[in-house]
Amino acid sequence: MERRLIFSRSTDVRRRITSIITLAMVALATAIVLVPLIAVVWYTVGEGIAGLTWEFFTHLPTPVGESGGGMANAIVGSGIVVGLASVVAVPVGIAAAIFITEYASARLASAIRFVTEIMLGLPSILLGIFTYAVLVKPMGRFSAYAGALALSIVMLPIVIKTTEEILRLVPQHIREAGLALGIPQWVVVLRIVLRAAVRGILTGVLLSVARAAGETAPLLFTALNNRFWHSGLDQPIATLPVQIFTYAVAPYDDWHRQAWAGALVLIALVLVLSIVLRLVVSRTQLDSEQ
Amino acid sequence: MSADVTTTSPIAPSRSLLSKRSSKVGNTVFVAICAVAGASVLLIVTAIVVQLVVESQPTIRRFGISFLTRSVWDPVAEDFGALPFIYGTLVSSLLAMIIAVPLSVGAAIFLAEIARGWLRSVVSFLIEALAAVPSVVYGIWGVFILVPWLTEHVATPLAERWGEHIPLLAPPAIGPSMLSAAVILAIMVTPIVASVARDVLSAIPRMQREAAYALGATRWEVIRTVLGSARWGIFGAIVLGLGRALGETMAVTMVIGNDPSIHVSILQPAYTLSSVIANEFTEATTPLYLSALVTLGLVLLLATLVVNIVARVLVWSVARRYR
Amino acid sequence: MDAPRQPTNVTEHHRSPIEHETTSHSTDHADERYRIVTEQLSVYFDGKPAIRDVSMVIRTNKVTAIIGPSGCGKSTFLRALNRLHEIQPNARVSGRILLDGEDIMSMDATLVRRRIGMVFQKPNPFPAMSIFDNVVAGLRFNGVRKRSVLAEIAEEALRRAALWDEVKDRLRAPATSLSGGQQQRLCIARALAIEPEVLLMDEPTSALDPIATAKIEELIYELKRSYTIVVVTHNMQQAARVSDYTAFMYLGELVEFDKTRNIFTNPSKRQTEEYITGRFG
Repeated sequence: MERRLIFSRSTDVRRRITSIITLAMVALATAIVLVPLIAVVWYTVGEGIAGLTWEFFTHLPTPVGESGGGMANAIVGSGIVVGLASVVAVPVGIAAAIFITEYASARLASAIRFVTEIMLGLPSILLGIFTYAVLVKPMGRFSAYAGALALSIVMLPIVIKTTEEILRLVPQHIREAGLALGIPQWVVVLRIVLRAAVRGILTGVLLSVARAAGETAPLLFTALNNRFWHSGLDQPIATLPVQIFTYAVAPYDDWHRQAWAGALVLIALVLVLSIVLRLVVSRTQLDSEQ
Repeated sequence: MSADVTTTSPIAPSRSLLSKRSSKVGNTVFVAICAVAGASVLLIVTAIVVQLVVESQPTIRRFGISFLTRSVWDPVAEDFGALPFIYGTLVSSLLAMIIAVPLSVGAAIFLAEIARGWLRSVVSFLIEALAAVPSVVYGIWGVFILVPWLTEHVATPLAERWGEHIPLLAPPAIGPSMLSAAVILAIMVTPIVASVARDVLSAIPRMQREAAYALGATRWEVIRTVLGSARWGIFGAIVLGLGRALGETMAVTMVIGNDPSIHVSILQPAYTLSSVIANEFTEATTPLYLSALVTLGLVLLLATLVVNIVARVLVWSVARRYR
Repeated sequence: MDAPRQPTNVTEHHRSPIEHETTSHSTDHADERYRIVTEQLSVYFDGKPAIRDVSMVIRTNKVTAIIGPSGCGKSTFLRALNRLHEIQPNARVSGRILLDGEDIMSMDATLVRRRIGMVFQKPNPFPAMSIFDNVVAGLRFNGVRKRSVLAEIAEEALRRAALWDEVKDRLRAPATSLSGGQQQRLCIARALAIEPEVLLMDEPTSALDPIATAKIEELIYELKRSYTIVVVTHNMQQAARVSDYTAFMYLGELVEFDKTRNIFTNPSKRQTEEYITGRFG
């Protein structure tokens, strides 16, 4: 009977009210977090939609003072640089993930995983400096190759991390079944394990592509920029993010309009990709999960 | 198809079709390729560190440790000091964390402990989308929408009300500033902190919550006990966010005002390590100028390395304890 | 558990299988060939033995069942027979395993596994592959490319696994669309397609319902005309129904090995008797 006295009714009510107020604040914080997303999408669409003309996608930039023109070269350039970067980063990243999950000892695996995380956290501008030193300086000029190298270093840890997480979800008994058929281990990994994980790996690859497509800092002094169509992959090349940056900080209204249009293209690309990925992943993370 | 049918094998031809080559060569080659790929990560990170250290040497030889403490930045006279950029980077990131931490931890609690079902997936998705928006898009939005708004509704009133007495809020509030950089950084690191903190909270076993409920705790009290167990992991998530804030380049470059001098007032422009590199790297005409910029990069690298390692260790320690 | 921690008479296991055989009842099968002979086979994980000094014979075209309580090492033994233990980096083996008189440890592991197929506890068809692709996986990934050959062998293997009639109209459907019992027969067909001499089955029915189990047992009976089969089971009725020979393992050692009839009607070891009468395990 005495014990009941410890929890007085008024304390109880106070505890309950505290709980409700705090939970309301938590919900409010979440709402505030989402406000910028809405604002960014809202304004980008509002300001950018007018600039999304046929000309924007098909024409070169016009010289200052002349209105019109587009970002065709930058859109194509982004495609080229990101494509080249993927050609390097995707196979290397998948192979590295295979090494971590299928071959490396536990200690080595966690060491590589750790360094991958560290790499993921490196400021991307530093990758630009690095690429400048190893490629731009020796070649004597800015180039699409240099931009691609910088972006591939951005992509690599993302590909490794997502692929590795998916490979670890492939059940061990799938590997055993393959080996028990007398299939060499490397063929089991390539033809059976990877195949079981292909959807998840694709997700990771697209994620890294989306990330790379929006990166600006590593391109500033690797791919540089180009007002015209690129004249070769060993030449400077325009990319969408760099073009947006250049136009946004310039003092011309017409350029601002185009920068907004470019931002809209970029954000649409990223959001569409994330929605698609979300749908694919939520449908099934792995085909083998029944 | 050969037909060496043995007594025990009615469909025996198949085995004779299979390649008799040893699997050793293929395995060895494949493992070697994968090992090289795995090693590439270690190699790249090492190479980045080495390259930045090497290229920083001219600066370090010329200015020594005082490079970090001098606040001159005069490319014409080739006189360089990193202090304004270090100051700008640290202050903008710390201010950003002050704004971002309560919001993102709140969102993490909401996702891990309160929201269920579709609400949780939708909010999760939106927060991921927030993280996916490219930096340059935040930048253009910052330049044309956020900075004017902040100047009109936040900076100017603050400066008018308190500017005379509080140096931190001293006028003039003309636009791009430390404050606008901090706000945009806060927006950008919030989804990172929130999603890592959410994962940390989700790693805490259900049993802990049930135990607290069983003792008659209210919902908030339950969450508080969970937060207690997860505190180091959440701290790790915050540090991870700090690492991102320190290195963020484009959006900050576009809204901070790029002024290489130290102002006490956060309503005035500033400059960060990554911004000055982004702006001046292609204009650096002399070797010493270039080296000075690389040295700023080295400072940034060391800061983010330390911060990231600390963050990872913290986050993993929680994940490991409850695996 | 009231059984002693160690078998009372360990010397039994150190004899050669031939000697072991003559001490038992089955002199009438002296002419039978041994497909696999293990000599003092031990498997260690991190230096700790999981099975110790198992000497046993697997007779050609017979079904040999291995029974024993869980953790007795019967699966470890089975997996050692086609060197599947090797995928665990902490595993080590001593003793010898002879396949048709040849030491499998000195052979290429993939070649061993093609001659000694395996069916697992849980049906494990390859995900993201069709029924057809599953059956021919062992062929295709070992260099057989010709479609007509693959189709022919796939049909034969599916027929032998008693699955053909159920799947012949949907060979392109994903393997995961099959029921559990069908998936297990698919796994058997997949193993048969590369035409092994021996089929190892690790509790092949433990994840299946009674009807599917009956089908698999029937299939085992059919298959032993062409294959040598080793089946690990924790189900003693199953061992009694399908096998010709039965080995009882306990605590990593082979306690008794004899004709199934003898093991179940007249076991010579007290532990065996206790186990099959349900006193432990």
